[in-house]
Amino acid sequence: MISNSSTVPNEPGPGPASKIPMVAFQGVTKRFGGSDAQPGFTALDGIDYSVPRGAITGIIGRSGAGKSTLIRLVNGLEKASTGQVVVDGVEVGGLSETGLRDLRRQIGMIFQHFNLLSSRTAFDNVALPLEVAGMDAKAIRDTVAPLLELVGLGDKARRYPSELSGGQKQRVGIARALATSPKLLLSDEATSALDPETTQSILELLKRINAELGLTVLLITHEMEVVKTIATDVAVIDRGRIVEAGRTFDIFTLPKHDTTRALLSSSLGVKLPEWVRSGLQPQPIAGGRVMVRLIFFGETAFQPLTARLVNEIGPDVNIMAGTIDEIAGEPFGSLVVSYPSDPAVLDRAERFYAETGLSTEVLGYVA
Amino acid sequence: MSPDMLFNLLWKAMSQTLQMVGIAGVLGSLIGLPIGIFLATSGRGELFPAPVANRVIGLVVNAARSTPFIILVVAIIPFTRFVTGTSIGTYAAIVPLTIATIPFFARLVESAIREIDKGLIEAARAMGASPVQIVWKVLLPEARPSLVLALTMTLVSLIGFSAMVGAVGGGGLGDLGIRYGYQRFMPDVMLAVVVVLIVLVQAVQSIGDRIARRFDRRNRKT
Repeated sequence: MISNSSTVPNEPGPGPASKIPMVAFQGVTKRFGGSDAQPGFTALDGIDYSVPRGAITGIIGRSGAGKSTLIRLVNGLEKASTGQVVVDGVEVGGLSETGLRDLRRQIGMIFQHFNLLSSRTAFDNVALPLEVAGMDAKAIRDTVAPLLELVGLGDKARRYPSELSGGQKQRVGIARALATSPKLLLSDEATSALDPETTQSILELLKRINAELGLTVLLITHEMEVVKTIATDVAVIDRGRIVEAGRTFDIFTLPKHDTTRALLSSSLGVKLPEWVRSGLQPQPIAGGRVMVRLIFFGETAFQPLTARLVNEIGPDVNIMAGTIDEIAGEPFGSLVVSYPSDPAVLDRAERFYAETGLSTEVLGYVA
Repeated sequence: MSPDMLFNLLWKAMSQTLQMVGIAGVLGSLIGLPIGIFLATSGRGELFPAPVANRVIGLVVNAARSTPFIILVVAIIPFTRFVTGTSIGTYAAIVPLTIATIPFFARLVESAIREIDKGLIEAARAMGASPVQIVWKVLLPEARPSLVLALTMTLVSLIGFSAMVGAVGGGGLGDLGIRYGYQRFMPDVMLAVVVVLIVLVQAVQSIGDRIARRFDRRNRKT
């Protein structure tokens, strides 16, 4: 429950305004260093992407893919070399220093290493953005206390960061980011320094804030787990380009780009055991077997398909690996099976897949 | 020398030392602090980018720091006379002591501020703080323990420097040690001077350490 709805308004509602994206990247390129003679380093290369209003959007990529730069363009900590970054209808690059500071007060940001002031208590850390905005002491007190309650640290107001755990520090960071009632929350690898259990509790908190305050959340991470747990929308970034974007469930169940698959394989448990992978060949082997990944979701997730698979294809079906998981709140299963790669069996299998609407992917062939 | 006489000499010398160190320490730090902040924040891409001014002031600071103190004392005699109207005595000695303190303290302030995690500056910028607000609300409070230690180190160095201003009749403990202990060969005076200096330095250091620890919230356990 949120007790301070008066200080943190729940603005975005239905209506035409909510259709405009919260953040729009239009042909954004970012180069570092370099001169006329030397091109320097291109961190972002032609980014076109819109962050939907009121949603939790994840941008995922390996380290060095450009995601940190991308998120810093939103609040003007970095400037785009070409292209435009538009936040709630305002072009960030066109703002004066003062205009930029006003914009930043409408955008909260949380960090991997929390970035709390060691010389200030939890309370005073949350108060800092309000002091900076020129709020008086009484109003600050009235704003900070409910925020600490919201993040579950009502009893830790007088503690210094060194007296708090990692998860508690990030909660202070979140309260601080919410202090100026922002419409957008940026999360820069906010859970990467936390253990899995604490990560889950912080993600739950972000989800709740998104739902109860209607705050748009844009997060960057290298952990699929984070995106899978809270993001409704996802964009995959690789070497400065967005290679795939859409609803999280669609991207995760039917990844198209290699980077997405690589990122997914370590998170969804669909990574093949080493002994299976090492024997895989790209071409069929005479008298050998084919290895296929079956993907279940939506309708198919609830049907007894494995039993039917054995019935239809024949008894020589071997289960190699499998997992059942939840993505963005929807069930999702993956099963790796192998069966003889002779034409009759393959034909029966194809017919079965077509009939049931099961998604499949041929992984390779084994002897 | 009778104990009474020795005590009187020591007392007078110590009050001169404290006077010189105290005034030069306060003035030098007050001027050195903003210079140190400027040095730490005016590089390319920093809060108040002014790379040229940064380089120039950095060079001046280095030049002042590499001049041996005794040479500085003599070299700035005209300036000292301009400021105090005289070039000898305790007040005159305060001028070169202050001049020597400024670059020394400024460099310590610079390193204290540079030590602060860049993430804090980024967080402050992200919440809409102006560069001036970042200095006042983030950099100075976060650097406070290091700044107290920097001031302590400056005062201890000043006590050492002040021993040299006997050359311009500045008086003080060092001067007493040289004139009585060395030139008149009175080892008891020399020993007494050394002991008082040790006690003085110890006192300054432990008070500084204690204050710094009080301000330091970085590794405090519950």
